[in-house]
Amino acid sequence: MDPLSEYIRGITRDNPIFGLVLGLCPTLAVTTSVENAIGMSAATAFVLVCSNVFISSLRKQIPATVRLPMFIIIIATFVSIVKMVMQAYFPPMYAALGVFIPLIVVNCIIIGRAEAYASRNNVFYSFIDGLGISTGFLLVLVLIGGIRELFGTGQIVTFGNTLFTMPIDPSITTMILPPGAFLTIGILMAIVNYQRAKKRARGG
Amino acid sequence: MVEKELFAIFMDGVFIKNFILIQFLGLCPFMGVTKDVKSAAGISAAVIFVMTLASFVTYLVYTYVLVPTGMEFLDVISFIVVIASLVQLVEFVVRKNIPSLYRSLGIYLPLITTNCAVLGVVLLSVNSTYNFAQTVVFGASAGIGFMIVMLLMSAIRERSAILNVPSAIKGLPLGFFIATLLSLAFVNYFWVIPI
Repeated sequence: MDPLSEYIRGITRDNPIFGLVLGLCPTLAVTTSVENAIGMSAATAFVLVCSNVFISSLRKQIPATVRLPMFIIIIATFVSIVKMVMQAYFPPMYAALGVFIPLIVVNCIIIGRAEAYASRNNVFYSFIDGLGISTGFLLVLVLIGGIRELFGTGQIVTFGNTLFTMPIDPSITTMILPPGAFLTIGILMAIVNYQRAKKRARGG
Repeated sequence: MVEKELFAIFMDGVFIKNFILIQFLGLCPFMGVTKDVKSAAGISAAVIFVMTLASFVTYLVYTYVLVPTGMEFLDVISFIVVIASLVQLVEFVVRKNIPSLYRSLGIYLPLITTNCAVLGVVLLSVNSTYNFAQTVVFGASAGIGFMIVMLLMSAIRERSAILNVPSAIKGLPLGFFIATLLSLAFVNYFWVIPI
């Protein structure tokens, strides 16, 4: 295993949203804007990397029969840390993400990686896996957030800077409402499936 | 006055703040267990049961243990422990006393521990500072709203399984497109009615 390909794997083949199809709730709920998408992925990334490293370093101590409760307690500890830090230093972001920060505890990505990867691999590779999966999650969230914000409001504003403005203001408000999230991920997933099928047909 | 408020909370939980279509909580069972109506009904019944019970117990834990000791910051950890042990307990009791119910609900119970809708409902109740009756009504109504959407979705998916759609859209993307239409209906229908 070389670290770079392990990192890339988290973005492509094991992409949490399009590859593993885990963690759909935060993906759809917080992607009303690019800014929220970045905030949510940063919080998830912190929890995922920390829990991966921690669980991997304790993998020989945790008895197999009680591993899931142990994983959940470890993850919940890091989530509590993130929750308190965000509440204290980024109150507007915390208010925007709302209940989805504490809900990182039950995000299937984190417990899934703990079970499938961190409990079987060493600390360094678990760290790399956490980074790769987090990057994949970030890219997808920013993509969905970008599409929804662009079509919903006509521009992308991130941390006070207007990054991009549509020449014609579409303002399809539905895109930043819940149906827009389902529509965006449905279309993206269809495109990913199409590309995969094409790749397979070529004999990949 | 109190009754009216409870009714408003009930309508909120079932329709206006519908857990799946508006708040995006519990999407894993929504996409994973809606291939046929029977299993969707099974998991929804288990969710209603656990949500109501979890709202009841976590309210007691929060009000009588965490608040007096000044440890509200431990809410996430204690709630997830409470929910996990509650699910385990319910599984034991149901298996021992009502075997017929266990046969139909049993396999869905463990899945509920990591269902974000259950943790979501108790966290939202705490955030909204609901009192005891409001918490329990909100928990039950969120479960009922969950069940309505699960049944709608599974009935549509059962029929759409025979549709001749492009292979790239089969499965999850088609599920998301159905969800888009359902969500559109919910948003337009219930957000214009002021309660």
